[in-house]
This record gives sequence, structure tokens and C-alpha cells, in this order.
Amino acid sequence: MSLKISALEYVQQVQNGNIYAEDFIAKTLEHINKVDEKLHAFLSVNEDAINQARIIDKKIKSGDKVGSCFGMPISIKDNMCIKDSKTTCGSKMLENFIAPYDATVISKLKQQDAIFIGKVNLDEFAMGLTTEFSAFGPSKNPWNTEFVPGGSSGGSAVSVSAFECSMSLGSDTGGSVRNPASFCSVVGYKPTYGLISRYGLISYANSIEQIGPLTRTVKDTAFMLNMISGLDPNDNTTIDNKNVDYLSGIDSGIEGKKIGIIKEMIAEGTDPAVLSATNDAIAKLEGLGAICEEISIDMVKYSVAAYYTITATEAGSNLARYDNLRYGYDFPVEGYEFNSYISKARKKFGPEVTRRMIIGGFVPSAGHAGKYFLKAMKVKSKLTKEIDEAFKKFDFLIAPTVPILPFKLGEKINDPVALFLVDINTVTANLTGKPAISIPFTISNGLPIGMQLFADSMHDKSLLQAAYALEQTVKLPEVPI
Amino acid sequence: MTKIGLEIHCQLTNLQSKLFCSCKANYREFKINENICPICMGLPGSLPRLNQEAVKKATLIAMALNCTTPNKIAFFRKNYFYPDLPKNFQITQLNIYGDTSIGGTGSIMVGDKKINITRIQLEEDPGRLIYEGSSSKNQITLVDYNRAGTPLVEIVTEPDFENPKHVREFLNILSDLLENLGVSDPSLEGAMRADANVSIEGGKKVEVKNIGSFHDLEKAVHFEITRQNSLHDRDIAIIQETRHWDDKRKITISSRSKEEELDYRYFLEGDIPWITIDPEIREKLKLEMPESISSKKERYVSKYNIPPQVADVLSSDKFYSELFDKSHTESNAKEIANIITTDLMGLVDTREKREESKITSTHLRDLADSIQSEKISRISAKNALHEILKTGKSVADVISELDLGTVSNESELSEIIKEVITSEPEAVEQAKSNPQTINYLVGKIMQKTKGKADPKLSLDLLKQQLDDS
Repeated sequence: MSLKISALEYVQQVQNGNIYAEDFIAKTLEHINKVDEKLHAFLSVNEDAINQARIIDKKIKSGDKVGSCFGMPISIKDNMCIKDSKTTCGSKMLENFIAPYDATVISKLKQQDAIFIGKVNLDEFAMGLTTEFSAFGPSKNPWNTEFVPGGSSGGSAVSVSAFECSMSLGSDTGGSVRNPASFCSVVGYKPTYGLISRYGLISYANSIEQIGPLTRTVKDTAFMLNMISGLDPNDNTTIDNKNVDYLSGIDSGIEGKKIGIIKEMIAEGTDPAVLSATNDAIAKLEGLGAICEEISIDMVKYSVAAYYTITATEAGSNLARYDNLRYGYDFPVEGYEFNSYISKARKKFGPEVTRRMIIGGFVPSAGHAGKYFLKAMKVKSKLTKEIDEAFKKFDFLIAPTVPILPFKLGEKINDPVALFLVDINTVTANLTGKPAISIPFTISNGLPIGMQLFADSMHDKSLLQAAYALEQTVKLPEVPI
Repeated sequence: MTKIGLEIHCQLTNLQSKLFCSCKANYREFKINENICPICMGLPGSLPRLNQEAVKKATLIAMALNCTTPNKIAFFRKNYFYPDLPKNFQITQLNIYGDTSIGGTGSIMVGDKKINITRIQLEEDPGRLIYEGSSSKNQITLVDYNRAGTPLVEIVTEPDFENPKHVREFLNILSDLLENLGVSDPSLEGAMRADANVSIEGGKKVEVKNIGSFHDLEKAVHFEITRQNSLHDRDIAIIQETRHWDDKRKITISSRSKEEELDYRYFLEGDIPWITIDPEIREKLKLEMPESISSKKERYVSKYNIPPQVADVLSSDKFYSELFDKSHTESNAKEIANIITTDLMGLVDTREKREESKITSTHLRDLADSIQSEKISRISAKNALHEILKTGKSVADVISELDLGTVSNESELSEIIKEVITSEPEAVEQAKSNPQTINYLVGKIMQKTKGKADPKLSLDLLKQQLDDS
């Protein structure tokens, strides 16, 4: 029995009676035990997983109705609530926070008999793109452990890439699913804003972020979307997707489809290897019958600045609740007055969160909002207009997921501005609410390069078809783990 | 000239649930911190789930105050740290980025003066702070979050009031209006709170916060005007500031906190998409809107010939006007209005008594009919009412059980009158010259019959016997 199978292959093999959930879970745990000391994808592992698998095996044996996950191990980014288990957000601030309820995605997956094998690492409160800002130490890239895995859903990407789970859920605020997916050579998906309920996802910048799957194949992503997408009364921003089946017709191809190549996303500063991979991808898409053409999206130049202004503003508000009064870590209130207590309690935030809190206090403040926050909102709406225009002409847009290759741990941690620019190709999908996917495309000097496709809002199904078509042209070496 | 503007906070107490979760809007019956959930506690990952019913009720208030109602409304975050605020921001509304608040400008007549409304907004109430410990050194603050997230409507007026009396008249009209709309019960503790902005000629605006009842609001405004006038008389400048109403000492105190300098960093609440209020919804609300107090009053006077003062009292109280509307017929309307305003309102004068009372519209109708058909005297009717409130028994049962039926048996009454005449020789003598004394004798007859004697028959028989004697 091999762990190196896709989620859908797992389902098939369990249904055929070739493997048992218990064996697969046991083997997965054993594997985590072996490799995770080096990779540090996991912040906590589900102690009860084997028992849960046993129950599912029993259900299968007795012919009871079984959910479509059949006990497959799924890892969850540690910013989503699973009832009665720790949800730390990679922060000392929530080190002891035990969620009293399930996120909507969690309850949906529970109904499908998924097993949450563990909670995985992230940059503190999902702010970062390397996992180096996790209060519990960084994760390592399975392709080369001296390199960052990307972030902030680094733990998710590592766990999928290194076969520590079948699939993972991450969250994407400015590329936090797609960036580590690209760096670790897995599929990472940021759906249309509102497609997946955020109820139970700990907010960072709530107006633009989405939960997204990280999987080994595009088909697995479609499979996951089938289970977790759709209207949720607990999240007023969710959209009714009429229970679309994302798997059916995934092999429809892209013949005759028009694809725009975003000029600003392959501009100066793009790594030559990334540039040549992009050209290769374009050639392959044309080979599949697509029509590719360059397009300029002018506002992309300002997108990162707008992104950081908006996310800092929302983060400043979303993270205000962490005053340690109702939950948090052990720090008695006796002897403190409210304001002095909270300012001391909030010192537990790490440096990146603190940095963004400070920015978030400033950019929307009276007297500065016009110069910063409101201007950023203007960029957001102009960018959306440009992208909407582009989708009148094109079915999809293409750009490399990250303009550069994975870099070494510690290489950029002290240069926040350089780190910010790594986001240039991913934030557009968040600011405009459009769906985007990163698929493994090639390996350069042993380091992965991912390719990104965008579609118009609610065109998630056709985006997956395009990604699937491109995925079929790619043959990659196995991860050296 | 003195100028007073108000910011009134009214809880939508008649709603089932809080503004963003399914916890109860009526938090008062819970033990401390038992009416809470991940949403109203702002737990990590929770999201607000807008109560659509609250949007409707707030729109109803806006329409009743003749405010403009925008087609689309939005919510904003007001960011500040305070222990009663679980998220450390309040979800509220404002109009600085276009008219997105649930109600725009409007007005209401108070007597013959028009009071202009600036805006109406829907927002969440914070939790409640409880202070323990005597001195400020060992004082501890406890927080009860049961109230957190309760739907609150803020009504902001223009500074159109000139004196505390004026304010009181407005508040009376407003609280009757809110009660009549069925959105709130103003008698509940804390359901109505207010801040007041007060300025006198030549002085800066002073905001008075923390006024826990309408009763205190009038006092606070009065105190503040007196304070400002005395400063002015001594040539001391009145500075722009925020003051708090000290409930115990009944004075306003300057806030040492720099509240007025707070920057709330308002921005759109992304977790609640813009809400479209379709014209059809507004039309439907308009149809469902209960009859206004002034229209009720008008109807009572013109249709049933009820005196204007009685109609005024009756129409402005939702509980009694509903009872009236359910029980009256063309012929007994005046009698029922009379029973309600002269007897019932005195007997049932608190919220608790209303809740305990067992009276129904049927009781009132039967009682009025009994009076009109002279089965029972008005005095006996009051006694019957007393019993009905306690037991809920039918009017017929009460009359027979308590033996309240009118004594209209001629021989029985004649006997009683004889006794009265015998025992009151002086009055009888006087009655021959002074007709007023006859009333005194009728009173004596009533006394002897415990108010049951048929008054008309008694008078006739009395006159007859006096003439005969």
C-alpha cells in the first residue's frame, strides 16, 4: 500500500476493498512521525485518528452509508476551528485556544467521513509567505529543506507534497494557498469570493480571503470543492452555486478558448526560469487549441500597495478582539487597569503581526485615510474594472504564480519589502474576488515552479477544466522525500 | 438660545433574537453570561449573521418618523477597545460615505413644533459592565455579555429642542410611537437610553452621555443648562467636552477619558454584504404598519364621540388601545373607553400588573353591556373589575358570586329607603328645601346596598317617599 496516491485514487481503492481506512491512517501517522521532525508541517496531530478510521471501516464493512471521503486523511491549516481542538493561528496569543465549534468546511467534511489528521503550520494569523512568521517555527520545503515552503499555508502545501495527508485546506488572502502550492509543487486553489463559507476561518482580511484546497491533482481540487462549496447561512457573503458538480466534464479541454497573458506579471524582476516556464505553458496551451494573447492590466502595478493597505486595515480591526480577556493564554488580570492590561497582553503578537497592526492603525485613521486606505480602495475598484474588461475578451488569464523561485530560509525574513513583492502575481485574484489556481508546472534546479490561471467570478468550473488540460501536459519528477 | 439635540438608543426588545446570532434579544431573564454564543462573544472565526427581522423593524421606525429610506444599506465597523465590546469594534451604520444608514432625514411634530431627525441607524448593543469593590484602588470590573449583540436603533435628532420640558414631550411621544409600532417595550429597564448635546447662547456644545432612562434625561438636560448658565453668568468659557451623567448624584461630570479624541477608523463591514431594501418590501411594511396614535385618537373622537382627553389617553397606550379596539361595539364604545380610562388604568398601572392581569376583551364588552342594560351599577362594575383582574372569571359569574347585581326590586328598595329616612331625620327635613341633600340621601341608600341599588329607581322612590312624608 502506497501513500503516494491522489485523493480520488484513495476513494477508489477503499471502494474496491484494496485498502482499509485504518491501515492508511496508521501508515500516514507513521510517515508523519518519520518525516515531520524535518519538515515541521504539523502543529498538532489527531490522537484519535485511528479510532475514527476504525469506525469508518466498520461502516463500510456493514454496508452503511459512508461519506465520500471514506476516512481519508486531510490536514487543516491551523486557522480553522475544529470543535474541542486547539486552533492556534500560529500565534502565542492563541496558544491555548480550544475552539468550541466547527467551521462550516469542517462540519461539511465530517459529514463526508473525512479524518482530520492534524492541524498544520502557517505564518502567524496567516500574515506572511514563508511560514517563517509562525510562532512555532518554520516549515521546510520537501524539495529542499533549506528552502522555504511558501506561505502562509506552508504547512498545508508541505503535508500534501510530502504525502502526510491526501488533501489539505488552506486559506488565501493574497496568495497564501497558491504561493506555497507553487513552491511545493502541488495544486492550490483560490475560489471565487463567497464560494466557500468562511465561518470558522479566523479572519485576517475578511473582505478578500477564501478557504482553498491544496491537493495533488486538479481533479482532487474539484472533488474537494464539491464537498465544501455553496451557500451557508452562517456566512452572509456566500454565494449559491446551485450545487455545481466541478468534477463532471473536467476533461472538456480548452480548444478555442481565449487566454490573456498578463504583461505586468512577467515584467522586470521575473526569474528567467519562471519566464521560460511561462512561455512553455503558453506554447502548450496553444498546442491544446487555445488562443493566447498578451494583455496589459495597468493597475497590477499598484496592487501590492493597495493589498497591504487594505489587509492591514482589516487585520487591525479583526485582530482587535485578542485582548486575552475571554480566551487566550495564561496571564492574570489582577492589578491591571483595562488599557494597560491589553497593551501588555497583546505583546504576545509576533513581529509581522505587530508591524501590520501598526500600519492598520495608521492607514485608515482620520486625516490619513484619504491618502492611504481610500486610495487603496480606489485601486481595488479600478483593478476590478480592468479585470472585468479583460474577461469580456478572454476566457482565462495566465501568469506564473510567483515571479521568483523558492528562496532559502532566513534569506528574506529581514526584508519585508522584498517579501511583499513576491505577492505581485497573486493579490489581484483576491482584490477582484476572481478564482485562480496554481498548478505544478516544472522543476528548475530542483525547485518547483507553479503556473497560475484566472477566470471570471463563478467560472470556477471552467477554470478547473482549463487547469486540468494544462496539468495533463506536465510530467514531473517525484518529490525527493 | 439654548439648543438641545438627542441621540436616543432604543432596543428592539420585541425581536426573538440578537442582531447577528440566534441568542435571545430578551437577555433580561438569563443568569450572567448564559445568553451568549461564539458569534456574540466574537470568538475567533465567527461571523455576523444579520437578523433580517431587525432590518424590517428598524425600517418601520424610519418610516414612522418620516425619514428617507435608502434602497441599499450598509454596515460599518466602529473600532475602539472597551471591555464590554467582545470584538473590540461595534458593527453600526453611518452616512459619511453616502446615505447607507437605515433611515435618513425625517421629522416628527411635537405639539406645534417640528423636530427634525438627522438619521436612524441599526447597530449592536455592547455587554454590560458591573463594578465591584468600594474604593477605586480595589475596584474590579465584571462583564456580563448577555446584552452584547442586542439589536439597537439609534435615533439622532437635530438640535431642535429649547428646554427640558420640550425634550420630555418629545420622549413621551417617541416612546408611545415605538411601543405602538410593536418594535420595543419602553418600560423595560435599559430599553431606552440617550445622550444629549446641550449648548447655550455663546457657548460650545457639550455632550452628556450615559443617561440610563428618559426620566433622567430630562433631569440631566436641566442640570446641564443650569450649569452652563451659571458658568456663563460668571464669564467662564463653556468648553466643548463630553460629560457623564452620574446616576446617583444626579449631576453631570466631565469625562477624564479622551473619548472625543478617539479615532474610530470607520470602514465597511465586509462580512455583511450591502442589503437591498426593495420598494415592494417597503410597501408591504407600510401596509403592515399599525395605525398611528394620532389617527387612532382622531377615530375615537369622530366615530364614537369619545371626549378628546379620554381619546388622547386611550390612543397613546398600545396595551389599552388594543384592548379597546378588540372589545368595543358601536353602542358600547364610550362606556368601554370610560371603564378603561377611569377604572382599569388605575388598577393596572405597572408592567407587572399588566402581565398578571387576566382581563380580556370579552370581559370588557360584557361589563359595558351590563352597565348599559342596568344589570350592574358603575360602582359595582369597578368591584367586578377588581375580581376579574385577579381571577379571570366571567362577568356573569362575578356578578352572581359577589352578589353585585343591581337591586331593582321595588319593595326591597322601598324598605331600605324607609330605613334611611327614619335614621336621617335632619337630612330629610333639609331635603325639602335643598335638592342637594337628596344626593346625600341617595348616597346613604347606595351605602346600605353596597352600591347595588338601581340609581334611577332609588331616586324616584326616594322622591316619592319624601313627598308622601
